[in-house]
Amino acid sequence: MADLHTVNKSPFDKNSLEAAIKFSQAGSSILLIEDGVYGAMKGTSAEAMVKGAMGDKKMYALKSDLMARAIKDDRIIEGVTVVDYAGFVDLVEANDKVQAWL
Amino acid sequence: MSDIKKFMYLNRRAPYGTIYAWESLEVVLIGAAFDQQVSLMFMDDGVFQLVKGSDTSQSDMKNFLPTYRTLGDYGVRHLYVDKASLEARGLTTDDLIEVAWEDFETEEEVDNIVEAVDADQVVQLMAESEVVFSF
Repeated sequence: MADLHTVNKSPFDKNSLEAAIKFSQAGSSILLIEDGVYGAMKGTSAEAMVKGAMGDKKMYALKSDLMARAIKDDRIIEGVTVVDYAGFVDLVEANDKVQAWL
Repeated sequence: MSDIKKFMYLNRRAPYGTIYAWESLEVVLIGAAFDQQVSLMFMDDGVFQLVKGSDTSQSDMKNFLPTYRTLGDYGVRHLYVDKASLEARGLTTDDLIEVAWEDFETEEEVDNIVEAVDADQVVQLMAESEVVFSF
């Protein structure tokens, strides 16, 4: 079992995503929510960091928050899994605990 | 009112995650009643406020993107966007909404008052402003 790390801040505004990536174990899941979903966007200055993290961690992004911020499927980094609220619940259930990076 | 001042609203926050973007818009709309010379500047995550295609149907939040489109009708003359902020986020002006403007007295029209500007222009525009409201 592993942990689920949630990130709700923009990677361009705060280092929450960077910290979550740095301080989470291999095999962890990182779920981007609220402004955190900007980290799932292609072509940004944060893309390389996110791609690097996906070498040994799973990356998810919440659909409703992507939609509100106009981040369409074709703008999402390959390998990032889009989940809805039910998928969020499944991730919580599948992991030992949830750690929030604010 | 004879004492017209140059107002700039500086927007540096993403929409929805915090209340800043919405609050800024509210203040702009209220301020519009006072007949000042108003421009808006979007930089850093603030540029996300103007990205078209927002859909809040599954978020239980008000989609306030359409409100930006009305700003031209409220006397806002310029919406400036920092180019470097767009580029760092993989965006271009094609990703942004267009806002039309019309002077109802002279019937002068501008199709789109959203304009990308470089850092030197940002410096100049802020320096020229008499009041800068930060959000």
